[in-house]
Amino acid sequence: MYNEKDINEQIAWAKINADVLRSMENPRKGYWLAVLICVLMLICAAFAEYIQYTTGMGPANLNNPHMWGMYISTFVFWIGMSHSGTLLSAILHIIHADWRKPIYRFAEAMTTFSLMTAGLFPIIHLGRVWNMYWVLPYVSDRGHWPNFRSPLVWDAFAISTYLSASMLFLFIGMIPDLAICRDNAKGWRKKLYTVLSLGWMGTDRQWRNFRKTYLLMACFLIPLAVSVHSIVSADFAMSIMPGWHVTTFPPYFVAGALYSGCAAIITLFVLLRYFFRFEEYMTTPIMEKTCKLTFAIAMVWTYLNLVEFCSVWYGHDIYNKEVLIAKATGPYAWVFWIMIFCGSVVPFTLAVQKLRRHMPTMFVVSLLLNLSMFFERWMIVAPTLSMSHDPHQWDIMYASVVQWAIVFGSFGWFGLLFLVFVKIFPSVSMYEVKEMVFHRRRHLVNEEAAARFHRRKDDSQTTTGEPGLEGA
Amino acid sequence: MSKHCVMGLFSDFDEAFAAISDIRKTKVPGVSVDDVTLKSPIEHPEIEEVLGERPVHVQKFTLFGAIFGVTFGFFFLAGAQATFLVQPQGGKAVVPLPSNFVLMYEMLIFFAVWCTFFAYLFLSGLLRKRHTLYSEKVSLDQVGILIDVDEDCLEPIKDLFKRHKALEIREEVLR
Repeated sequence: MYNEKDINEQIAWAKINADVLRSMENPRKGYWLAVLICVLMLICAAFAEYIQYTTGMGPANLNNPHMWGMYISTFVFWIGMSHSGTLLSAILHIIHADWRKPIYRFAEAMTTFSLMTAGLFPIIHLGRVWNMYWVLPYVSDRGHWPNFRSPLVWDAFAISTYLSASMLFLFIGMIPDLAICRDNAKGWRKKLYTVLSLGWMGTDRQWRNFRKTYLLMACFLIPLAVSVHSIVSADFAMSIMPGWHVTTFPPYFVAGALYSGCAAIITLFVLLRYFFRFEEYMTTPIMEKTCKLTFAIAMVWTYLNLVEFCSVWYGHDIYNKEVLIAKATGPYAWVFWIMIFCGSVVPFTLAVQKLRRHMPTMFVVSLLLNLSMFFERWMIVAPTLSMSHDPHQWDIMYASVVQWAIVFGSFGWFGLLFLVFVKIFPSVSMYEVKEMVFHRRRHLVNEEAAARFHRRKDDSQTTTGEPGLEGA
Repeated sequence: MSKHCVMGLFSDFDEAFAAISDIRKTKVPGVSVDDVTLKSPIEHPEIEEVLGERPVHVQKFTLFGAIFGVTFGFFFLAGAQATFLVQPQGGKAVVPLPSNFVLMYEMLIFFAVWCTFFAYLFLSGLLRKRHTLYSEKVSLDQVGILIDVDEDCLEPIKDLFKRHKALEIREEVLR
């Protein structure tokens, strides 16, 4: 059994500042390699988008009945990824799980950048990207409003609300740290941090309002995150397509979102720990706790999968059942079984303590979990469209190189935004880690005092047979 | 009589709290605990025990934002739908409440969150010109007590800070 602490409570506050500020100046070479890879991936996507933009949707291989291809499944994937910040930051903040403190900042950043990536896909999917503003709730020159009954319009509302709320949540949580950066930076960084820290001075008034504001934002972000993914699931569930018209879709989507978000946190945990030498803050016990949380969510996701399969199987709706059978035995079966294996079997590695503590293993496992989540979204979109109600429309479609390149490049786009963020802004929350250390140190001192008190009490009882003066 | 601003920097919360407690016990005549501002690298949970309860009003703005959001959402959507009568509705309600509730819910959160943010900026005194008595050490590992006093209270306050092992004392003339 390992009995390590989440963080060394003897660590000095000045050292916390120094370590985090140093990380923004001096990352390992791996960081620059990651930036280069992301730029190359982004170039691939930009080239593919150029082909699609100039030629039309043909090269993307999107055609009837496959009007929703990998773009939409990737959109759902990135929306799902955005739930990591909400879970780790907002939910764990409300339940006072202080082990989240060293790692919540990058999870919040992930939320924002995932949403920014997700938002690109409906636009790319349109083909006519110049008409993207049609989804906004404005009245057209013919006096028409968008159809407010459509879940696609709900999406626009929900995602823009979620994006603005998560950006504010990220920004508000960073203000005290930006003030620390302002006090220590030089040149353009000092100017940037001076503007962004909004004149923070750490007064009791600022802290009081800060705490209340942060709590209120967290309280709003949780139902918002649930509503966003429920609404995304409504894009499918509100239709009468076989395989989509399922009652359990909203919780299934939310569970899948939390799952992929947690897996992504593990991936980035390992990378940031290595790039910025954060071994003292992103510790193995914190990794273990994150893994346990991911395992629990993986089991919920597995259960909801079973519920969906059983309700379709015993529901005896022939179209739904055919799609389910086709998923497991048809042309997309390999995707389906990889999804099941990586999503429901691989997570059991998270239950093994020895594996949980091995960073490279967890890195690979987290990638596999997200592969499963990516395939899950592909399994929602493709089989239903290939086997809808009219047999004359049945068709198999695989994504073209153009689609793959754009999807591939979206990871580069997300990665680049994230890597630039962690280089400019502190990826570990300095003031929260200080609070964590302060409270744990104080708890330790209280425990030691109590133990000393009881020891003296016992000693005095054994020597005199009566309670000592201290005990009295 | 000129007004002065004094700031004492302490190595930990205990010393700073002891100093504030002495101010609270009016050991320096003419200086009230209400004039005290505590600056710290983290928020201390027991701060109210020494400073007294100081209210926070952000949540009122949040409530206003939420009510405004849901009301605006309803009237915006219903207004847009009501001017849409020219289109055949196929027997459906002109103002469909179930789907409107989804969007009203989103607008509730949208406006509540933005109102909370602006209330926070306003109420916490951000975006104001920074006091010249700010010390970078407050964002590092020291706790500061800032207090505005008349000239005749200046020396007693400095003595009080020294008694509580202040690491550094700074002052400036306000007017």
